[in-house]
Amino acid sequence: MLKTVSEKAVKEPDIQAEGKINWKDLLYSLGALLGLILLSAVLTVLSPDFLTLNNLMNIARQSAINSLISVGMLLTILTAGIDLSVGSVLALSTVVMAILIIKLHVSPFIGVLAGLCLGAFLGFMNGILLTKLHLPHPFISTLGTMNIARGLALIVTGATPISGFPFSVQFLGAAFWGPIPVSFMLVLVVFIIFHLFLTRTTTGRYIYAVGGNPEAARLSGVPVERVLVIVYTLSGFMAAVAGLVLIGRVNAAYPLAGLGYELDAIAAVIIGGASFFGGVGTVWGTLVGALIMAVLRNGLNLLGVSADLQTVAIGAVIIGAVYIDVLRQRAINKGRR
Amino acid sequence: MREPFLKLRGICKRFPGVVALDNVDLDVYSGEIHVLLGENGAGKSTLIKILTGAYQKDAGEIIIDGKEVQIRTPREALQLGISCIYQELNLIPHLSVAENIFLGREPKLLPALGIIDLKDRYKRSAALLKELGCAVSPGVKVKDLGLGKQQMVEIAKALSLNARLVIMDEPTSSLSEKEVEELFRVVRQLKEKGIAIIFVSHKLEEIRQIADRVTVLRDGRKVATLARGEFDIEELIKLMVGRTLKEKFPKINVRRGREALRVEDIWTDTGLKGVSFSAYEGEVLGIAGLVGAGRTELARAIFGADPLRKGNIFIYGQRVDIKCPEDAIRAGLAFLTEDRKTQGLILGESVAFNITLAGIKQFRRWGFLDIRRQFETAEQLARDLKVKPLDIRRKARELSGGNQQKVVLAKWLCTRAKIFIFDEPTRGIDVGAKVEVYNLINQLLQNGAAVIMISSELPEILGMSDRILVMSEGRITGEFLREEATQEKIMKAATGGY
Repeated sequence: MLKTVSEKAVKEPDIQAEGKINWKDLLYSLGALLGLILLSAVLTVLSPDFLTLNNLMNIARQSAINSLISVGMLLTILTAGIDLSVGSVLALSTVVMAILIIKLHVSPFIGVLAGLCLGAFLGFMNGILLTKLHLPHPFISTLGTMNIARGLALIVTGATPISGFPFSVQFLGAAFWGPIPVSFMLVLVVFIIFHLFLTRTTTGRYIYAVGGNPEAARLSGVPVERVLVIVYTLSGFMAAVAGLVLIGRVNAAYPLAGLGYELDAIAAVIIGGASFFGGVGTVWGTLVGALIMAVLRNGLNLLGVSADLQTVAIGAVIIGAVYIDVLRQRAINKGRR
Repeated sequence: MREPFLKLRGICKRFPGVVALDNVDLDVYSGEIHVLLGENGAGKSTLIKILTGAYQKDAGEIIIDGKEVQIRTPREALQLGISCIYQELNLIPHLSVAENIFLGREPKLLPALGIIDLKDRYKRSAALLKELGCAVSPGVKVKDLGLGKQQMVEIAKALSLNARLVIMDEPTSSLSEKEVEELFRVVRQLKEKGIAIIFVSHKLEEIRQIADRVTVLRDGRKVATLARGEFDIEELIKLMVGRTLKEKFPKINVRRGREALRVEDIWTDTGLKGVSFSAYEGEVLGIAGLVGAGRTELARAIFGADPLRKGNIFIYGQRVDIKCPEDAIRAGLAFLTEDRKTQGLILGESVAFNITLAGIKQFRRWGFLDIRRQFETAEQLARDLKVKPLDIRRKARELSGGNQQKVVLAKWLCTRAKIFIFDEPTRGIDVGAKVEVYNLINQLLQNGAAVIMISSELPEILGMSDRILVMSEGRITGEFLREEATQEKIMKAATGGY
């Protein structure tokens, strides 16, 4: 019953490349995309400023951080898990980069690398807590690390922001290539890599298997625990990458950065058609989900809607998107009977 | 002539790929114990689920007390006076007997505030249990009761609901002999009270003891309804099975080859106590035993699904260290689990995904999957095993039980396994599909595989095995060659030789 919530996304685009196109699946995967197009069309009518190159690039830039975190979150949700620690991991890894590079004058390359490794390490720890300590659900293990990482970020900085990064560090978040923000190009590259990872590698396919049925996966020789550790490590790593982009945007690292980012990421993944019960979801759906959130915020800004009301709107979109999915699933089940 | 309490006319029910019920008629009178007899997959459970509102019929009429009714939900079934006691009892273990009996219908002291009249509930529960002659205190938690007593609580609950038809789905399958006697006493008592009883069973001995009439189902059709005195056991078997043994079990003989698997003195925390045996190429080694004898545990231990405390495993004479299923697959083992849905398949994924999951590494090239080759292989295996429909993009969930089983088998063929452990390979699939599974087992043998087949169905064990091991309480308590094995010998060994 609960399992029926979401089954829309095309899990194997490669099957379709194999000749016959599965129109039903295609339509499902387009569900969120159609929503994005519709939303954009409405905003174009309502605001003359919406459909301008400048504004679109703005949206691309604004969506980058959430997109990067979301793709890591997608992996955890695919395994029927969740990673609540991403916002705090982002904060801790950025302040560590700041301390190393700005306070201790370590070379920017080493400093950034250390920050990224720290993110991956925190994610790795999430995976270990889940698989070796057998904590009952990643909600709990990552809730723990979320608090630990946030606390450590506050401690090591004395609760104050650190600013003054060299441009080389800010590059990813601040630079443009022509009109296109480098951060958005990074997003595209990362998403292509993750798409290939999920559809074309054994580990990627294992992630879907673990999310679909962990016991059957284990008995089919899938190293379930290793897959989970990889998933959480990648989620932590992507949070740190997003942190690097944030550094570029604000030219500072601050210990309260990334508050609530985990919830934005979960929202993007769910709007993008992934199932909370695991096994269903694609990177492109997630990208569309992140874009829908960014377009909505941007559009409401243009229309002069207050930030508070925007939050209400985002909440409504999450509920609406999942509800449409429930209806569609019900229709499929009926059709099958 | 008295009007039956329940009349079914032309009930049909289809599932994807299976006709579960085909035009079934049934009359059940008040004060009658009506046994529903049939093999697995004959349609008994489906019929029950239609009566209890769990499934909707596709066609046909349900007539109660001369009036046609619709049973759309379990609640409506209860309102019509139909109670069902399922094999897996529907009691809440951590609540007391009285709480369970009146769950959702608690007598209220102050109805407006929803305050429960505890005393009244206790008293009424006690009265119901006393009526059944059952010595259970209403205050005891259900989890502290044995299975037989839990069943009594279910029956008391049915009485409290003023049930006029009580359906019992294989109620004796996990009971001791004494508990069965007790149950029969109570069932006869219900009959005296004028309650209609549908009693589902495939134990022929019980039928002789308790049935007023027997209806035999086979492959979704009603074959016959016979009154007491009109049937004998032989005849029932024939009606139930409907075909000769040879058609049912297409056993072939293949020359026994090398020793493929040897297990020495395996002990586990799951209850195995020093199991040793060998399995050979070209041989079906049947493993019989009662529920809980340790058969599935043995398979899981060999396959690395549960850790070994002690013992050794040899494959083709080589000692292997199997720590997880991944190791077992590398060593050439395949394990077809007893529950396809929870342990065998990723239901939400495609047939192709499932077929290639265990052997996926062979499709890796430069770290990436060769999708084309992966799908070609899956398609070929699905075709070889006659998976229907032959559409490897379809989700595993949408296939019938027999075809799901073929997908699971295809998954293991894809790993090029040499030693196949089947755990209840034909559970829940219809008779035609069973024969297909047996034929596939034959093919494996001809290709030099070793097959170990765990089964609770003795006819299947006797019909398909070359050699039979019997387990009881975590040990092997008997070994028989095909020629010397009989049901009696196996049952004796399975009950520990008493």
